[in-house]
Amino acid sequence: MITGLFNNWIVIVLMMSGLYIVIAHGNLIKKLIGLSLFQTSVFILYISMAKVEGGTAPILAENIKELSNPLPHVLILTAIVVGISTTALGLALVIRIKEAYGSIEEEDIQILDNLPQSKTQKKIMDGEQ
Amino acid sequence: MNDLFAVVMLLGIYSLLSASFFVAMDAVDVAFTEAAVGAGISTLLMLVVITMTGRKENTKRHKPFLALIVVIFTGGLLLYGTFDIPHFGSADSPIHNHVTPRYINDSINEIGIPNIVTSVLASYRAFDTFGEVVVIFTAGIGIMALLSVAHHSEDNHKIAAVNDSMHERYLVIRIVSKILIPFILLFALYVQFHGDFGPGGGFQAGVIFAAGIILYSMLFGLSITRKVISQPFIQIISAVGVLLYGSVGLVSLLQGGNFFDYNVLLTDPVAGQHLGILLIELGVGCTVTSVMIMIFFNFAERRELQQHNNIHNKDLES
Repeated sequence: MITGLFNNWIVIVLMMSGLYIVIAHGNLIKKLIGLSLFQTSVFILYISMAKVEGGTAPILAENIKELSNPLPHVLILTAIVVGISTTALGLALVIRIKEAYGSIEEEDIQILDNLPQSKTQKKIMDGEQ
Repeated sequence: MNDLFAVVMLLGIYSLLSASFFVAMDAVDVAFTEAAVGAGISTLLMLVVITMTGRKENTKRHKPFLALIVVIFTGGLLLYGTFDIPHFGSADSPIHNHVTPRYINDSINEIGIPNIVTSVLASYRAFDTFGEVVVIFTAGIGIMALLSVAHHSEDNHKIAAVNDSMHERYLVIRIVSKILIPFILLFALYVQFHGDFGPGGGFQAGVIFAAGIILYSMLFGLSITRKVISQPFIQIISAVGVLLYGSVGLVSLLQGGNFFDYNVLLTDPVAGQHLGILLIELGVGCTVTSVMIMIFFNFAERRELQQHNNIHNKDLES
């Protein structure tokens, strides 16, 4: 009875650990790993939804009556490939941040961000005077 | 864990495990993709990035208790939501009752291919897949815009020498993978053209083909791979894939059907479906392969540039 919802609970645990990593870790690569963990938890949710008791893989053949639902498979199949290309885009941004700031820790970046800003603001003020 | 290398390797293992989970859940096509993408390419890209950004993580957490409270609260709400969800494996849950019966019962007459996943992907929901191919293409363009490096051909020799001496060391791996690479590429082509009948299709084939090329460039150096496949050629192929996909839709529009309605491509509707699916899977395969190779090339070139700068700095110091 209760085990029928077990797959959803696993998904929630995975999803929440992904969310926690995204919020609590300052390292940008860790954040991206957390995002991909979140992503795979959604994949697992969809795929486990598609499963039918006693069904087989959705390829038609003789003597097979019940099939699992092919539609979530299609959605997730394309989502995985789209996911890797967007993750790669994120990693590219991380590399550029590393080159510009010399660090990929969120707090270092924020400190560095605040420093030159106040300097440039001063310069602008001096220029106006 | 502070060592990002270990974290990335664990992520690769997790991807491989979830691929085997997908096989157990009957989603063979998805498992195929996850094994190639998650355990192969994404682990590799993360490792390349770690070599550039350093493998240690700062141990300081950013407001961990607030985050924990948010996470537990959200998780609790989701947990409450699961009690309304139909149980695992039940055949009468809503997602099995709307469009799916048509896919399962009629696709063999309407499309004529046994793999329902491919017929849904390439024919019933071709518009959707087109959008996804465009997203992949756009991500490729974005990475190119962020990372592409202008070539300094005169400086490259030093880097090439450093890299080649590094590659010389792993003789056994080089020989073994030299034997394996043709078979990997052949397998990718098999997956590409056999997607109608078994698990496979353009997405999986593209990723496997790209993995073969990336393996080659890892073992023999970027400069040699650049001679085999030039960067402009790859860029053209990625655009050709999207254009091929889109033009199949346009041709069916001009023949008097709907966008991506392959019935009108040939006089026999089922043969038209076959042709349409073959062409758009080819387009998907071209785009995915070339975008994946392009991503890896751009990352690796960026890394070479950094190495190059380091060597220069050392030269200046000495």
